[in-house]
Amino acid sequence: MPFDVESVRKDFPVLDREVHGHPLVYLDSASSSHKPTSVLDAEREFVERHYSNVHRGVHTLSQEATDAFEAARSTVATFLGGQHDEVVFTKNVTESVNLVAYALTSRFGPGDEICVTEMEHHSNLVPWQMLAERTGATLRWLGLTDEGRLDLSNLDEVVNERTKLFAFTHVSNILGTENDVQRLAARARAVGALSFVDGAQAVPHQAVDVPALDVDFYAFTGHKMLAPTGVGVLWGRALNDLPPFMGGGSMIEVVRMTGSTYAKAPERFEAGTPVISQAVALAAACDYLTALGLDNIKQHEIALTARLLDGLRALEGASVLGPDTVEMRGSAVSFVVDGVHPHDVGQSLDELGIAVRVGHHCAAPVCQRFGVPATARASSYLYNNEADIDALLAGIATVQEFWR
Amino acid sequence: MSESLYQEIILEHYKRPHHKGLRDPYDIEVHHVNPTCGDEVTLRVRVDGGVVQDVSYDGHGCSISQASTSVMTDLVIGKPIAQALQTHEVFLELMQSRGTMEPDEEVLEDGIAFAGVSKYPARVKCALLGWMAWKDATAQAVASSEESA
Repeated sequence: MPFDVESVRKDFPVLDREVHGHPLVYLDSASSSHKPTSVLDAEREFVERHYSNVHRGVHTLSQEATDAFEAARSTVATFLGGQHDEVVFTKNVTESVNLVAYALTSRFGPGDEICVTEMEHHSNLVPWQMLAERTGATLRWLGLTDEGRLDLSNLDEVVNERTKLFAFTHVSNILGTENDVQRLAARARAVGALSFVDGAQAVPHQAVDVPALDVDFYAFTGHKMLAPTGVGVLWGRALNDLPPFMGGGSMIEVVRMTGSTYAKAPERFEAGTPVISQAVALAAACDYLTALGLDNIKQHEIALTARLLDGLRALEGASVLGPDTVEMRGSAVSFVVDGVHPHDVGQSLDELGIAVRVGHHCAAPVCQRFGVPATARASSYLYNNEADIDALLAGIATVQEFWR
Repeated sequence: MSESLYQEIILEHYKRPHHKGLRDPYDIEVHHVNPTCGDEVTLRVRVDGGVVQDVSYDGHGCSISQASTSVMTDLVIGKPIAQALQTHEVFLELMQSRGTMEPDEEVLEDGIAFAGVSKYPARVKCALLGWMAWKDATAQAVASSEESA
């Protein structure tokens, strides 16, 4: 079935909206996506008809809720090409990173190295800085080229036999750069380091076969892929090697006043009542994306991104931060308009009904690297069309005129 | 476009800011940042005889933060400290009014142009960046002059 964006758009009620008298042009999906009716309906139907707390219940609703929750885990696992017990439901990527960073604490000490990159979202940077502070380990990082790619010229020096963990993003949320995960993970494995990948900007937009990437941990979040806020995922190949992070209900095996033992993964990492209805909705989002076909979605986004990059190139006084072509690139496009601060660009575009995000996008070191205080970022998704891109390009021209 | 927000007075101050550039002599220098958007201002204050003798600054940020800092210098330089602090309070109240307050031009002069900003909660902190830096620097300058007195 060919991908038909106009029929996809009908699944997203918000796209009917007007903002300041203009049709909404939503180009902020890298920050958070909208939700299709099928996902909203799935969550509502579950909560209205089958809801209860999960696990340890003998009554019918509890069993139905447990079945739906665990079926959601299986759906997510299949979506990633992984196994049921490799999928932990968290709150978001931030929690997934912190979970691993805390669980690994006892393995790190002075002399050990943690490697990250200069293009990380703060969520995949600050928890590793904190791990280094806690343990006396050293944080190192790969820098960036002027094109916004990882500078791999010193990969073998930065990721070395002292490296115990290498954390990096699959696709940059600010530059749009897609990294060669297999190559980076292979280097980590060659030196005996664990690899942790932030997939927040990859999983919503392209088919990701996580086991084939040969990484140890892979994290992503639901709200950027058509699901509600509050549910994220940590995938791990050997989760039972890790001690728990948070203690509490559900993560135990035997509890006595003198001490406790812990359940196996994934329950070991899901202390307390988990995110139940949000997980059910995330599975519905996986089903929606699978039915449309992630390769179709990717092709659609490549076409939109090419149109945007071409249009920005043609505009005098506007420039792109990050790769200028669609090769190994996601759909988030950061740009600056000469002489106009990004906040003023974003505010002026909003007056035209166009939603872009402005600021450092929780990747402040990238702004520092490129010598800008902030950027404006347009990020498209499966429901954007060519008219959205054209509206943005015309909007930028209007902004330039106003601020001349 | 954005006429309630981007008043002509704001654009004028943004394009041709008043009193910009760091100057000597000064008593106190402060550096304030807006961590959510990266706007920064470095600001110097000189007080003497209970009067704000000079305010100079440098920084980068959006039109609202830069223009507001420019307007602020017009309003406080040469004024008794107590009166300048009073003006700050009036401006703060306007910014927190969510568009419900009629600004007093006698007190705020060009500052009345920011009345529309109060309807945009995400931008209020931009309008207050320079003012907060000035208040901080002035409080420090007053405290250090009292210590040395």
